[in-house]
Amino acid sequence: MHSTLFLILRRMRAPLILLILSYAVSILAMTLIPGVDANGRPAPPLDFFHAFYFVSYTATTIGFGEIPVAFSDAQRAWTIVTIYLTVIVWLYSIGTIFGLLQDPAMQRAIRANRFAAEVRRLRQPFYLIAGCGETGVLLLHALDSRNQQAVVLDIDPEQVGELELGQYQQDVPALTADARLPENLIAAGLHHPLCAGVIALTNDDPVNLSVAVTTKLLRPELPILCRADLLETAANMASFGVEDVVNAFETFGEHLGIAINNPGHHLLYQWLTGVPGEPLAMPMEPPRGTWLVCGYGRFGKAVARHLDKQGIQLVVVDEHPPAGHARTVVGRGTEAHTLLEAGIEQAVGIVAGTHDDINNLSIAMTARQLKPGLFVVLRQNRHANAALFQRFAAQATMQPSSIVAHEFLSLLTTPLLPRFFNLALQEGDAWADVTLSRIAAVVGDTVPEVWDRELSKTETLAIWQALSEGQTLRLGDLLRSPSNREENLACIPLLLKRGDEEILVPDSDTPLLDGDRILFCGEAHTRRQQALGLHDYNTLNYLLTGNQAPGGLVWRRLAGAGKS
Amino acid sequence: MNLEKVIFGFFIILAMTLNFGFVIGELDNPVHHDVYELFFAIVVNLIATVLKFGERTQIGAIHLASSLVADLQLIAAAGVWATAVYLTGTGLTPGVTASIVSLAAGALAANVLSVIMLLVETVMFRR
Repeated sequence: MHSTLFLILRRMRAPLILLILSYAVSILAMTLIPGVDANGRPAPPLDFFHAFYFVSYTATTIGFGEIPVAFSDAQRAWTIVTIYLTVIVWLYSIGTIFGLLQDPAMQRAIRANRFAAEVRRLRQPFYLIAGCGETGVLLLHALDSRNQQAVVLDIDPEQVGELELGQYQQDVPALTADARLPENLIAAGLHHPLCAGVIALTNDDPVNLSVAVTTKLLRPELPILCRADLLETAANMASFGVEDVVNAFETFGEHLGIAINNPGHHLLYQWLTGVPGEPLAMPMEPPRGTWLVCGYGRFGKAVARHLDKQGIQLVVVDEHPPAGHARTVVGRGTEAHTLLEAGIEQAVGIVAGTHDDINNLSIAMTARQLKPGLFVVLRQNRHANAALFQRFAAQATMQPSSIVAHEFLSLLTTPLLPRFFNLALQEGDAWADVTLSRIAAVVGDTVPEVWDRELSKTETLAIWQALSEGQTLRLGDLLRSPSNREENLACIPLLLKRGDEEILVPDSDTPLLDGDRILFCGEAHTRRQQALGLHDYNTLNYLLTGNQAPGGLVWRRLAGAGKS
Repeated sequence: MNLEKVIFGFFIILAMTLNFGFVIGELDNPVHHDVYELFFAIVVNLIATVLKFGERTQIGAIHLASSLVADLQLIAAAGVWATAVYLTGTGLTPGVTASIVSLAAGALAANVLSVIMLLVETVMFRR
């Protein structure tokens, strides 16, 4: 605020001094020039009070006329001078103010100040997001639909402009600024006590790295989530303690591997990490057998490594002789003969994973012509090409931005979810299918909401009260509906974490203890219904016993007296 | 020598001298306190205030504050004068004159402070 005020004051010096001088000269002359009375005899000049009055209404072009009495010709002559002098100076002053307000430097300063003030005024925990490209927008929408506040920095004014036009439930303070500069991160609330975490997801690894370093140095206790496109950057970040680094290529490779070997687990992952309210994803069942990987760059390598890990046969196709792999073919993969040489006749799937969208589509189209039933995995680099990729309808399309956004979202909103997936992977496919059908029965055909609850005094007061009174609570009690305890809420407990012990899909008889953390999935309104019983002792009492117990101290005592 | 400093110093000192010139004389004798002098004191004080706009230093801030005080006091004096002579018709009685002059004397104190700070600044940064 101060810097803009000073800037305005500084630039307004000349117009203001001119204004004071022109008024002073006009008033002074009016107090010296003799007037005339009704009979044409000379009269004393105007006094200061009337001169100031006259100049005030003349300079602002209001023009009440000759007050208090008709002027002499000398006074009229001076009035002409007064009018031109003061009106021109006023125009000059107002012009300067408008010019100042339209000055780009001034506008930047105003916007930066407004942004900093908005951030200071935030009264709920927020995430600081650096970089608001495709990934950022996806993440922002998902956070917004979960009522999570965010603050955004982006270097591109267009992205920030689109953000301001976007449909969000909450105001998202956004600023066009370089996230590499610590002062910008500080303006965006790095030191704010309610800053819940920093998320660096620009498409530039060095920027993400510098955001991570800044945060680690200035607020070491804050969790940082970083996107890293290169393995070296990821290793670098991990070396100084960044909690979660997401590499889109690695993540996709891992999930493709899981999708081939454990399709049920992959579907579970897709359902639980989607944006709530969107239609549930259809199962993707990549076949087992020999796979072709076209393009052996960052993406190709990640996919190859994870498919190798799952024991899947691979043939790698790349323009440059790919080193470090057993079966390789040199070529672009866009021509039929390369694909035939790589053995597309025997292959069951192909990964078109170069960094060029058109080449990827060309590879996929050639491959489909050669072998129509082939399972095609496409890498989409640019969001602008979405129409082409939708038309082609590959069995799986890899979009780095959406992968990173989903990973971040699950890390942020439900830290228990990654634990759940890790434990789930140790279970068989049959277990995954049972869990899937249970979820589908509860949520219908849209992506469910996933939430975790911590049983503690601050988070769930009623539960804490009941537990400290020595009552026994079972998980099933949290699944009863507060409107009718005989009915069950439409949600499923996925994981219960008690210290180091973790129970996957705990059953309703599990007793609850203080400090337990439970992961649920269900519809959004179920979550709100459940919260009633967690916070309100009377509701909880109804859930536990079915009694509509009186709430106040007097009524409770009366009820006690009546019973005895 | 710096022209900006000359103009700055000129206006600050002129503001003080004009103010002093108006205040000096018997407190309640309107003949000793010329209205033109009050007018010029107000104009020069306003200009001095604007010249102090936009200073980012601590001493600049106090400069500006003292000038604003002087403006306020002088404008209040002019207001009392206009009220007494035109609005209520009391005229320049000794009582009214005394209150006008004492308000202006308050402004003089602020202006003296400004000049002292100007001197302190000059002594501090001998260049």
